[in-house]
Amino acid sequence: MIVKRDKLNFWERLYLPAVIGGFKVTIRHFFGKKVTMQYPEEKWSVPPGYRGAPYLVKDQEDRTKCVSCQLCEFVCPPKAIRITPPGPAGSPEAGNVEKAPKEFEINMLRCIFCGFCQEVCPEEAIFLMKDYSLTGTSRAEMIYNKEKLLALGGVHDDKIQKWKHKAEEAKEQGIAP
Amino acid sequence: MTPMLAALTLTPGQAFVLWSVVKIVVVVAILLTMVAYAVLAERKVSAFIQDRVGPNRVTLPLIGSIPFLGPLLASWGIWQPLADGLKSFLKEDFTPAHVRKVYFWLAPAITMIPAFLTVAVIPFGSQIGGQKMVIADLNVGILYTFGIVSLGVYGIVLAGYAANSKYPFLGGIRSSAQMISYEIAMGMSVIPVFLLVGNLNLSRVIDYQAGFLVPWLLPNWLVFKQPLAFAIFLIAAFAETNRLPFDMPECETELVGGYNTEYSSMKFAMFFMGEYANMITSSAMMVTLFFGGWTLPWFGLDQTAGDNLVIGVMHIGVFLAKVVVVMLLIIWVRWMWPRFRYDQLMDLGWRRFIPLALANILLTAGILWAVRN
Repeated sequence: MIVKRDKLNFWERLYLPAVIGGFKVTIRHFFGKKVTMQYPEEKWSVPPGYRGAPYLVKDQEDRTKCVSCQLCEFVCPPKAIRITPPGPAGSPEAGNVEKAPKEFEINMLRCIFCGFCQEVCPEEAIFLMKDYSLTGTSRAEMIYNKEKLLALGGVHDDKIQKWKHKAEEAKEQGIAP
Repeated sequence: MTPMLAALTLTPGQAFVLWSVVKIVVVVAILLTMVAYAVLAERKVSAFIQDRVGPNRVTLPLIGSIPFLGPLLASWGIWQPLADGLKSFLKEDFTPAHVRKVYFWLAPAITMIPAFLTVAVIPFGSQIGGQKMVIADLNVGILYTFGIVSLGVYGIVLAGYAANSKYPFLGGIRSSAQMISYEIAMGMSVIPVFLLVGNLNLSRVIDYQAGFLVPWLLPNWLVFKQPLAFAIFLIAAFAETNRLPFDMPECETELVGGYNTEYSSMKFAMFFMGEYANMITSSAMMVTLFFGGWTLPWFGLDQTAGDNLVIGVMHIGVFLAKVVVVMLLIIWVRWMWPRFRYDQLMDLGWRRFIPLALANILLTAGILWAVRN
Protein backbone atom coordinates (compact mmCIF):
# COMPACT_ATOMS: atom_id res chain seq x y z
CA MET A 1 0.00 0.00 0.00
CA ILE A 2 1.22 3.45 -0.84
CA VAL A 3 0.52 6.07 1.74
CA LYS A 4 -0.16 9.39 0.12
CA ARG A 5 1.41 12.18 2.08
CA ASP A 6 -0.33 15.51 1.95
CA LYS A 7 1.79 18.51 1.18
CA LEU A 8 2.07 20.67 4.28
CA ASN A 9 1.00 24.23 3.82
CA PHE A 10 3.06 27.17 4.98
CA TRP A 11 1.34 27.47 8.35
CA GLU A 12 1.93 23.80 9.07
CA ARG A 13 5.53 23.97 7.93
CA LEU A 14 6.14 26.76 10.41
CA TYR A 15 5.89 24.00 13.06
CA LEU A 16 3.64 26.22 15.16
CA PRO A 17 0.45 24.09 15.00
CA ALA A 18 2.53 21.15 16.25
CA VAL A 19 3.93 23.34 19.02
CA ILE A 20 0.49 24.46 20.12
CA GLY A 21 -0.88 20.93 19.93
CA GLY A 22 2.00 19.59 21.98
CA PHE A 23 1.58 22.32 24.54
CA LYS A 24 -2.12 21.58 24.92
CA VAL A 25 -1.49 17.90 25.46
CA THR A 26 1.29 18.43 27.99
CA ILE A 27 -0.66 21.08 29.91
CA ARG A 28 -3.64 18.74 30.13
CA HIS A 29 -1.51 15.94 31.50
CA PHE A 30 0.46 18.22 33.80
CA PHE A 31 -2.66 19.15 35.73
CA GLY A 32 -4.42 15.84 35.13
CA LYS A 33 -4.90 12.96 37.51
CA LYS A 34 -1.73 11.04 38.32
CA VAL A 35 -1.73 7.29 37.89
CA THR A 36 1.29 6.42 40.03
CA MET A 37 0.65 3.88 42.75
CA GLN A 38 2.65 4.59 45.94
CA TYR A 39 3.88 1.03 45.87
CA PRO A 40 4.92 -0.25 49.27
CA GLU A 41 2.05 1.61 50.94
CA GLU A 42 -0.70 0.83 48.46
CA LYS A 43 -0.59 -2.40 46.58
CA TRP A 44 -1.98 -3.70 43.38
CA SER A 45 -5.02 -5.94 43.86
CA VAL A 46 -4.09 -9.38 42.59
CA PRO A 47 -6.59 -10.99 40.21
CA PRO A 48 -7.96 -14.46 40.97
CA GLY A 49 -5.90 -17.22 39.43
CA TYR A 50 -2.70 -15.26 39.90
CA ARG A 51 0.38 -17.40 40.40
CA GLY A 52 2.29 -15.94 43.31
CA ALA A 53 4.53 -17.64 45.83
CA PRO A 54 3.74 -21.31 46.66
CA TYR A 55 2.88 -21.92 50.31
CA LEU A 56 1.76 -24.97 52.30
CA VAL A 57 -1.70 -25.06 53.84
CA LYS A 58 -3.32 -26.71 56.83
CA ASP A 59 -6.88 -27.94 56.93
CA GLN A 60 -9.50 -26.60 59.31
CA GLU A 61 -8.42 -29.06 62.01
CA ASP A 62 -4.90 -27.63 62.05
CA ARG A 63 -3.52 -30.67 60.31
CA THR A 64 -0.66 -30.28 57.87
CA LYS A 65 -2.09 -31.51 54.61
CA CYS A 66 1.20 -32.41 52.97
CA VAL A 67 1.95 -36.13 53.14
CA SER A 68 5.54 -36.03 51.85
CA CYS A 69 4.74 -37.81 48.60
CA GLN A 70 7.48 -35.69 47.00
CA LEU A 71 5.63 -35.33 43.71
CA CYS A 72 6.09 -31.57 43.81
CA GLU A 73 9.76 -31.99 44.55
CA PHE A 74 9.99 -34.28 41.54
CA VAL A 75 7.98 -32.08 39.16
CA CYS A 76 9.53 -28.79 40.17
CA PRO A 77 11.39 -27.55 37.04
CA PRO A 78 14.02 -25.41 38.81
CA LYS A 79 14.35 -27.88 41.71
CA ALA A 80 13.30 -25.27 44.22
CA ILE A 81 11.55 -27.70 46.58
CA ARG A 82 13.29 -29.99 49.03
CA ILE A 83 11.28 -32.34 51.23
CA THR A 84 12.59 -34.40 54.13
CA PRO A 85 10.05 -37.19 54.76
CA PRO A 86 9.50 -38.43 58.33
CA GLY A 87 10.87 -41.87 57.50
CA PRO A 88 9.45 -45.18 58.71
CA ALA A 89 8.93 -43.96 62.27
CA GLY A 90 6.14 -41.51 61.41
CA SER A 91 4.83 -38.97 63.82
CA PRO A 92 3.78 -40.28 67.25
CA GLU A 93 0.33 -38.68 67.32
CA ALA A 94 -0.74 -39.48 63.77
CA GLY A 95 0.80 -42.90 63.45
CA ASN A 96 1.15 -44.15 59.94
CA VAL A 97 -2.04 -42.55 58.69
CA GLU A 98 -0.46 -39.21 57.90
CA LYS A 99 3.08 -38.81 56.84
CA ALA A 100 3.59 -35.09 57.38
CA PRO A 101 7.02 -33.92 56.23
CA LYS A 102 9.80 -33.52 58.75
CA GLU A 103 11.06 -30.56 56.77
CA PHE A 104 9.77 -28.81 53.66
CA GLU A 105 11.85 -26.13 52.05
CA ILE A 106 11.15 -23.91 49.05
CA ASN A 107 13.97 -21.83 47.72
CA MET A 108 12.12 -18.72 46.60
CA LEU A 109 15.15 -17.56 44.64
CA ARG A 110 14.85 -20.63 42.43
CA CYS A 111 11.08 -20.82 42.23
CA ILE A 112 9.69 -19.76 38.87
CA PHE A 113 6.05 -19.64 40.00
CA CYS A 114 4.99 -22.13 37.34
CA GLY A 115 2.34 -23.74 39.53
CA PHE A 116 3.32 -27.32 38.69
CA CYS A 117 3.56 -28.17 42.39
CA GLN A 118 -0.01 -27.05 42.97
CA GLU A 119 -1.17 -28.93 39.90
CA VAL A 120 0.57 -32.17 40.79
CA CYS A 121 -0.29 -32.23 44.50
CA PRO A 122 -2.74 -35.09 45.21
CA GLU A 123 -3.56 -33.71 48.64
CA GLU A 124 -4.23 -30.07 47.75
CA ALA A 125 -1.56 -29.16 50.23
CA ILE A 126 0.40 -26.55 48.30
CA PHE A 127 -1.07 -23.50 46.59
CA LEU A 128 0.31 -20.57 44.67
CA MET A 129 -0.88 -17.61 46.70
CA LYS A 130 -1.00 -13.91 45.95
CA ASP A 131 2.40 -12.83 47.28
CA TYR A 132 4.49 -11.42 44.44
CA SER A 133 7.15 -9.37 46.17
CA LEU A 134 9.44 -11.61 48.20
CA THR A 135 12.44 -9.87 49.67
CA GLY A 136 15.28 -10.83 51.94
CA THR A 137 18.75 -9.66 52.81
CA SER A 138 20.51 -13.00 52.28
CA ARG A 139 20.17 -16.15 50.22
CA ALA A 140 19.57 -18.23 53.35
CA GLU A 141 16.67 -15.99 54.25
CA MET A 142 15.02 -16.71 50.95
CA ILE A 143 14.82 -20.45 51.59
CA TYR A 144 11.46 -20.76 53.29
CA ASN A 145 11.14 -23.69 55.73
CA LYS A 146 8.06 -25.68 56.66
CA GLU A 147 7.13 -23.51 59.61
CA LYS A 148 7.28 -20.33 57.57
CA LEU A 149 5.44 -21.83 54.59
CA LEU A 150 2.64 -23.10 56.80
CA ALA A 151 2.34 -19.79 58.61
CA LEU A 152 2.13 -17.91 55.30
CA GLY A 153 -0.19 -20.44 53.71
CA GLY A 154 -2.88 -20.37 56.36
CA VAL A 155 -5.90 -22.63 56.39
CA HIS A 156 -7.47 -24.28 53.38
CA ASP A 157 -11.06 -25.27 53.98
CA ASP A 158 -11.01 -28.96 53.01
CA LYS A 159 -14.45 -30.20 51.93
CA ILE A 160 -13.52 -33.87 51.74
CA GLN A 161 -11.30 -34.35 54.80
CA LYS A 162 -10.15 -37.68 53.49
CA TRP A 163 -7.78 -38.45 56.34
CA LYS A 164 -10.33 -37.71 59.01
CA HIS A 165 -12.68 -40.29 57.54
CA LYS A 166 -9.82 -42.77 57.16
CA ALA A 167 -8.98 -42.36 60.84
CA GLU A 168 -12.65 -42.83 61.83
CA GLU A 169 -12.86 -45.90 59.63
CA ALA A 170 -9.76 -47.32 61.27
CA LYS A 171 -11.21 -46.72 64.75
CA GLU A 172 -14.49 -48.41 63.79
CA GLN A 173 -12.55 -51.44 62.64
CA GLY A 174 -10.63 -51.45 65.89
CA ILE A 175 -7.29 -50.63 64.35
CA ALA A 176 -5.26 -47.84 65.96
CA PRO A 177 -4.56 -45.08 63.49
CA MET B 1 30.29 49.97 50.93
CA THR B 2 28.66 48.43 53.99
CA PRO B 3 29.68 49.93 57.36
CA MET B 4 31.39 46.71 58.44
CA LEU B 5 33.68 46.67 55.44
CA ALA B 6 34.23 50.41 55.55
CA ALA B 7 35.64 49.99 59.05
CA LEU B 8 38.32 47.71 57.71
CA THR B 9 39.60 50.53 55.46
CA LEU B 10 40.77 48.47 52.56
CA THR B 11 42.61 49.91 49.62
CA PRO B 12 40.54 49.87 46.40
CA GLY B 13 42.64 46.97 45.11
CA GLN B 14 42.09 44.87 48.22
CA ALA B 15 38.40 45.69 48.24
CA PHE B 16 38.11 44.62 44.60
CA VAL B 17 39.81 41.28 45.26
CA LEU B 18 37.75 40.65 48.37
CA TRP B 19 34.46 41.49 46.69
CA SER B 20 35.33 39.48 43.62
CA VAL B 21 36.12 36.41 45.73
CA VAL B 22 32.89 36.83 47.68
CA LYS B 23 30.88 37.23 44.49
CA ILE B 24 32.52 34.24 42.82
CA VAL B 25 31.93 31.98 45.81
CA VAL B 26 28.31 33.05 46.19
CA VAL B 27 27.54 32.86 42.47
CA VAL B 28 29.11 29.42 42.08
CA ALA B 29 27.29 28.17 45.17
CA ILE B 30 23.97 29.47 43.84
CA LEU B 31 24.69 28.06 40.39
CA LEU B 32 25.49 24.60 41.77
CA THR B 33 22.35 24.65 43.91
CA MET B 34 20.34 25.68 40.88
CA VAL B 35 21.91 22.87 38.87
CA ALA B 36 20.88 20.37 41.54
CA TYR B 37 17.36 21.70 41.70
CA ALA B 38 17.08 22.03 37.93
CA VAL B 39 17.57 18.27 37.80
CA LEU B 40 14.81 17.88 40.37
CA ALA B 41 12.57 20.26 38.42
CA GLU B 42 13.24 18.28 35.28
CA ARG B 43 12.25 15.05 36.99
CA LYS B 44 9.15 16.57 38.55
CA VAL B 45 7.96 18.29 35.37
CA SER B 46 8.57 15.18 33.30
CA ALA B 47 6.71 13.11 35.86
CA PHE B 48 3.73 15.44 35.90
CA ILE B 49 3.54 15.58 32.12
CA GLN B 50 3.63 11.79 32.01
CA ASP B 51 0.91 11.41 34.68
CA ARG B 52 3.40 10.32 37.33
CA VAL B 53 4.31 11.98 40.64
CA GLY B 54 8.11 12.05 40.46
CA PRO B 55 10.61 11.73 43.30
CA ASN B 56 8.81 11.96 46.64
CA ARG B 57 10.66 9.61 48.99
CA VAL B 58 13.84 11.16 50.32
CA THR B 59 13.59 12.52 53.87
CA LEU B 60 16.12 13.87 56.31
CA PRO B 61 16.18 12.26 59.78
CA LEU B 62 15.13 15.28 61.88
CA ILE B 63 13.17 17.40 59.44
CA GLY B 64 11.28 14.37 58.19
CA SER B 65 9.71 13.84 61.60
CA ILE B 66 8.15 17.33 61.77
CA PRO B 67 4.41 16.55 61.64
CA PHE B 68 3.13 18.28 58.52
CA LEU B 69 6.14 19.99 56.97
CA GLY B 70 8.42 16.95 56.82
CA PRO B 71 6.20 14.72 54.67
CA LEU B 72 5.21 17.73 52.54
CA LEU B 73 8.83 18.59 51.72
CA ALA B 74 9.55 14.94 51.03
CA SER B 75 6.61 14.73 48.64
CA TRP B 76 8.02 17.72 46.77
CA GLY B 77 11.31 15.85 46.51
CA ILE B 78 13.21 18.69 48.17
CA TRP B 79 15.96 16.39 49.46
CA GLN B 80 16.29 14.34 46.30
CA PRO B 81 19.28 16.36 44.95
CA LEU B 82 21.20 15.49 48.14
CA ALA B 83 20.60 11.81 47.55
CA ASP B 84 21.50 12.13 43.87
CA GLY B 85 24.74 13.94 44.66
CA LEU B 86 25.69 11.45 47.34
CA LYS B 87 24.96 8.59 44.99
CA SER B 88 27.17 9.94 42.22
CA PHE B 89 30.03 10.39 44.70
CA LEU B 90 29.70 6.91 46.14
CA LYS B 91 29.33 5.00 42.90
CA GLU B 92 32.24 3.06 41.49
CA ASP B 93 34.28 5.25 39.17
CA PHE B 94 34.99 2.76 36.46
CA THR B 95 37.52 3.48 33.73
CA PRO B 96 37.17 0.98 30.88
CA ALA B 97 40.40 -0.61 29.68
CA HIS B 98 40.03 0.56 26.09
CA VAL B 99 39.76 4.31 26.67
CA ARG B 100 42.39 6.95 26.03
CA LYS B 101 42.98 7.73 29.68
CA VAL B 102 44.30 11.29 29.62
CA TYR B 103 41.49 12.62 27.44
CA PHE B 104 38.99 10.46 29.27
CA TRP B 105 39.87 12.21 32.51
CA LEU B 106 40.13 15.62 30.93
CA ALA B 107 36.82 15.66 29.05
CA PRO B 108 34.39 16.05 31.98
CA ALA B 109 36.36 18.99 33.33
CA ILE B 110 36.52 20.63 29.91
CA THR B 111 32.76 20.27 29.60
CA MET B 112 32.04 21.74 32.97
CA ILE B 113 34.47 24.66 33.13
CA PRO B 114 33.07 26.74 30.22
CA ALA B 115 29.58 26.37 31.63
CA PHE B 116 30.74 28.00 34.84
CA LEU B 117 32.95 30.61 33.21
CA THR B 118 30.12 32.21 31.24
CA VAL B 119 28.38 33.31 34.42
CA ALA B 120 31.20 35.77 35.08
CA VAL B 121 29.89 38.47 32.74
CA ILE B 122 26.18 38.15 33.47
CA PRO B 123 24.85 40.97 35.68
CA PHE B 124 22.66 39.13 38.19
CA GLY B 125 21.62 42.23 40.11
CA SER B 126 22.15 45.96 40.17
CA GLN B 127 24.08 46.91 43.27
CA ILE B 128 24.48 45.74 46.82
CA GLY B 129 26.44 47.98 49.16
CA GLY B 130 27.67 50.04 46.22
CA GLN B 131 29.12 46.97 44.52
CA LYS B 132 28.02 46.04 41.02
CA MET B 133 26.39 42.63 41.06
CA VAL B 134 28.42 41.17 38.23
CA ILE B 135 31.68 39.29 38.64
CA ALA B 136 33.41 40.89 35.66
CA ASP B 137 31.87 43.97 34.07
CA LEU B 138 33.56 43.35 30.73
CA ASN B 139 33.12 45.75 27.85
CA VAL B 140 33.20 42.83 25.46
CA GLY B 141 30.79 40.74 27.53
CA ILE B 142 28.96 39.04 24.71
CA LEU B 143 32.13 38.28 22.75
CA TYR B 144 33.62 36.70 25.86
CA THR B 145 30.47 34.60 26.26
CA PHE B 146 30.55 33.32 22.72
CA GLY B 147 34.25 32.60 23.00
CA ILE B 148 33.76 30.53 26.14
CA VAL B 149 30.63 28.79 24.87
CA SER B 150 32.58 27.63 21.81
CA LEU B 151 34.99 25.85 24.15
CA GLY B 152 32.14 23.74 25.47
CA VAL B 153 32.13 21.63 22.34
CA TYR B 154 35.66 20.41 22.99
CA GLY B 155 34.66 18.56 26.12
CA ILE B 156 32.02 16.60 24.25
CA VAL B 157 34.20 15.91 21.22
CA LEU B 158 37.03 14.84 23.49
CA ALA B 159 34.74 12.60 25.49
CA GLY B 160 33.55 10.97 22.28
CA TYR B 161 37.10 10.48 21.07
CA ALA B 162 38.53 9.34 24.40
CA ALA B 163 35.90 6.67 24.93
CA ASN B 164 37.32 4.80 21.93
CA SER B 165 34.04 3.15 21.11
CA LYS B 166 31.63 3.75 18.29
CA TYR B 167 28.54 5.28 19.88
CA PRO B 168 30.34 7.93 21.92
CA PHE B 169 32.39 8.72 18.84
CA LEU B 170 29.28 9.25 16.72
CA GLY B 171 27.85 11.39 19.50
CA GLY B 172 31.00 13.50 19.56
CA ILE B 173 30.95 14.01 15.80
CA ARG B 174 27.30 14.96 15.82
CA SER B 175 27.73 17.39 18.64
CA SER B 176 30.65 19.16 17.01
CA ALA B 177 28.72 19.58 13.76
CA GLN B 178 25.59 20.69 15.57
CA MET B 179 27.21 23.10 17.98
CA ILE B 180 29.37 24.78 15.38
CA SER B 181 26.40 25.24 13.03
CA TYR B 182 24.14 26.70 15.65
CA GLU B 183 26.82 28.94 17.10
CA ILE B 184 26.79 30.85 13.82
CA ALA B 185 23.03 31.31 13.91
CA MET B 186 23.21 32.22 17.59
CA GLY B 187 25.97 34.77 17.10
CA MET B 188 24.16 36.37 14.18
CA SER B 189 20.84 36.48 16.00
CA VAL B 190 22.18 38.79 18.71
CA ILE B 191 23.82 41.28 16.35
CA PRO B 192 20.55 43.30 15.90
CA VAL B 193 20.31 43.53 19.68
CA PHE B 194 23.69 45.16 19.87
CA LEU B 195 22.91 47.36 16.88
CA LEU B 196 20.01 48.72 18.91
CA VAL B 197 21.92 49.02 22.17
CA GLY B 198 25.15 50.27 20.68
CA ASN B 199 27.30 48.57 23.32
CA LEU B 200 28.65 45.06 23.91
CA ASN B 201 28.65 45.39 27.69
CA LEU B 202 25.80 43.35 29.13
CA SER B 203 25.16 45.91 31.87
CA ARG B 204 24.50 48.53 29.17
CA VAL B 205 22.13 46.08 27.44
CA ILE B 206 20.14 45.94 30.65
CA ASP B 207 20.21 49.72 31.10
CA TYR B 208 18.79 50.03 27.58
CA GLN B 209 15.83 47.83 28.52
CA ALA B 210 14.65 50.00 31.42
CA GLY B 211 11.25 51.65 31.22
CA PHE B 212 8.21 50.88 29.12
CA LEU B 213 7.56 50.27 25.47
CA VAL B 214 3.83 50.81 26.02
CA PRO B 215 3.26 52.67 29.30
CA TRP B 216 2.31 50.33 32.15
CA LEU B 217 1.66 47.43 29.82
CA LEU B 218 4.67 46.39 27.82
CA PRO B 219 8.16 46.65 29.28
CA ASN B 220 10.88 48.01 27.03
CA TRP B 221 12.40 44.56 26.68
CA LEU B 222 14.28 43.60 23.57
CA VAL B 223 12.14 40.50 23.10
CA PHE B 224 9.34 42.82 21.97
CA LYS B 225 11.60 44.81 19.70
CA GLN B 226 13.47 41.82 18.28
CA PRO B 227 11.13 38.82 18.46
CA LEU B 228 12.82 37.08 15.54
CA ALA B 229 16.25 37.48 17.12
CA PHE B 230 14.87 36.02 20.32
CA ALA B 231 13.27 33.07 18.54
CA ILE B 232 16.50 32.22 16.75
CA PHE B 233 18.56 32.68 19.90
CA LEU B 234 16.20 30.48 21.91
CA ILE B 235 16.23 27.65 19.39
CA ALA B 236 19.98 27.91 18.90
CA ALA B 237 20.35 27.79 22.69
CA PHE B 238 18.47 24.49 22.71
CA ALA B 239 20.92 23.16 20.16
CA GLU B 240 23.94 24.56 21.99
CA THR B 241 22.96 23.02 25.30
CA ASN B 242 22.14 19.69 23.63
CA ARG B 243 18.58 19.76 24.80
CA LEU B 244 15.64 18.14 23.11
CA PRO B 245 14.47 18.59 20.39
CA PHE B 246 18.14 18.81 19.40
CA ASP B 247 19.82 16.29 21.67
CA MET B 248 21.67 14.58 18.84
CA PRO B 249 24.88 13.98 20.81
CA GLU B 250 23.08 11.93 23.45
CA CYS B 251 20.15 10.52 21.56
CA GLU B 252 19.54 7.43 23.68
CA THR B 253 17.55 5.58 21.06
CA GLU B 254 20.28 5.66 18.44
CA LEU B 255 23.53 6.14 20.29
CA VAL B 256 23.01 4.27 23.57
CA GLY B 257 23.99 7.26 25.69
CA GLY B 258 26.03 9.29 23.20
CA TYR B 259 29.35 10.81 24.20
CA ASN B 260 28.98 9.90 27.87
CA THR B 261 28.23 6.20 27.34
CA GLU B 262 31.51 5.01 28.84
CA TYR B 263 31.40 7.34 31.82
CA SER B 264 30.25 6.47 35.29
CA SER B 265 30.03 7.93 38.77
CA MET B 266 31.29 11.46 39.32
CA LYS B 267 32.67 11.85 35.81
CA PHE B 268 29.22 11.23 34.40
CA ALA B 269 27.76 13.55 37.00
CA MET B 270 30.14 16.25 35.79
CA PHE B 271 28.81 15.97 32.26
CA PHE B 272 25.34 16.14 33.69
CA MET B 273 26.15 19.16 35.83
CA GLY B 274 27.84 20.82 32.86
CA GLU B 275 24.72 20.33 30.78
CA TYR B 276 22.46 21.85 33.41
CA ALA B 277 24.89 24.66 34.18
CA ASN B 278 24.87 25.41 30.46
CA MET B 279 21.11 25.52 30.50
CA ILE B 280 21.13 27.93 33.41
CA THR B 281 23.75 30.21 31.91
CA SER B 282 21.99 30.29 28.57
CA SER B 283 18.72 31.07 30.36
CA ALA B 284 20.52 33.85 32.23
CA MET B 285 21.89 35.08 28.92
CA MET B 286 18.42 35.14 27.39
CA VAL B 287 17.04 36.98 30.38
CA THR B 288 19.85 39.52 30.15
CA LEU B 289 19.60 40.08 26.42
CA PHE B 290 15.85 39.90 25.84
CA PHE B 291 13.97 40.11 29.13
CA GLY B 292 15.60 43.08 30.81
CA GLY B 293 17.89 41.20 33.18
CA TRP B 294 17.32 42.24 36.79
CA THR B 295 14.95 45.07 35.90
CA LEU B 296 11.22 45.28 36.19
CA PRO B 297 9.66 48.42 34.76
CA TRP B 298 7.01 48.55 37.46
CA PHE B 299 7.59 50.12 40.90
CA GLY B 300 10.82 51.76 39.81
CA LEU B 301 12.71 48.49 39.90
CA ASP B 302 14.50 49.40 36.67
CA GLN B 303 16.94 51.82 38.32
CA THR B 304 20.14 50.74 40.04
CA ALA B 305 19.67 50.19 43.74
CA GLY B 306 22.48 52.45 44.96
CA ASP B 307 22.78 52.06 48.73
CA ASN B 308 19.32 50.58 49.16
CA LEU B 309 19.95 47.00 50.26
CA VAL B 310 16.31 45.86 49.93
CA ILE B 311 16.06 46.99 46.31
CA GLY B 312 19.41 45.36 45.57
CA VAL B 313 18.23 42.02 46.92
CA MET B 314 14.92 42.40 45.09
CA HIS B 315 16.81 42.90 41.82
CA ILE B 316 18.64 39.62 42.34
CA GLY B 317 15.31 37.98 43.13
CA VAL B 318 13.76 39.34 39.94
CA PHE B 319 16.70 38.07 37.93
CA LEU B 320 16.56 34.60 39.47
CA ALA B 321 12.78 34.44 38.98
CA LYS B 322 13.15 35.26 35.30
CA VAL B 323 15.89 32.64 34.93
CA VAL B 324 13.67 30.04 36.60
CA VAL B 325 10.83 30.81 34.19
CA VAL B 326 13.08 30.39 31.16
CA MET B 327 14.49 27.18 32.67
CA LEU B 328 10.98 25.82 33.08
CA LEU B 329 10.32 26.60 29.44
CA ILE B 330 13.46 24.70 28.40
CA ILE B 331 12.52 21.75 30.61
CA TRP B 332 8.94 21.75 29.38
CA VAL B 333 10.01 21.66 25.75
CA ARG B 334 12.02 18.51 26.37
CA TRP B 335 8.90 16.59 27.34
CA MET B 336 6.76 18.07 24.60
CA TRP B 337 8.48 17.47 21.28
CA PRO B 338 10.14 14.53 19.61
CA ARG B 339 13.76 14.69 18.52
CA PHE B 340 14.62 16.21 15.17
CA ARG B 341 16.24 14.03 12.56
CA TYR B 342 19.89 14.90 12.02
CA ASP B 343 19.49 16.21 8.48
CA GLN B 344 16.45 18.25 9.52
CA LEU B 345 18.53 19.78 12.27
CA MET B 346 21.30 20.77 9.89
CA ASP B 347 18.79 22.04 7.33
CA LEU B 348 17.08 24.16 9.95
CA GLY B 349 20.36 25.62 11.13
CA TRP B 350 22.02 26.41 7.84
CA ARG B 351 19.16 27.02 5.45
CA ARG B 352 16.59 28.64 7.69
CA PHE B 353 18.14 30.34 10.68
CA ILE B 354 21.32 31.76 9.20
CA PRO B 355 19.50 33.49 6.29
CA LEU B 356 16.79 34.65 8.69
CA ALA B 357 19.35 36.04 11.11
CA LEU B 358 21.17 37.81 8.27
CA ALA B 359 17.89 39.30 7.04
CA ASN B 360 17.13 40.44 10.56
CA ILE B 361 20.50 42.20 10.79
CA LEU B 362 19.89 43.97 7.48
CA LEU B 363 16.36 44.96 8.44
CA THR B 364 17.40 46.34 11.82
CA ALA B 365 20.34 48.18 10.34
CA GLY B 366 18.09 49.61 7.63
CA ILE B 367 15.50 50.81 10.11
CA LEU B 368 18.16 52.33 12.36
CA TRP B 369 19.70 54.10 9.38
CA ALA B 370 16.31 55.38 8.26
CA VAL B 371 15.47 56.63 11.76
CA ARG B 372 18.82 58.38 12.16
CA ASN B 373 18.43 60.28 8.88
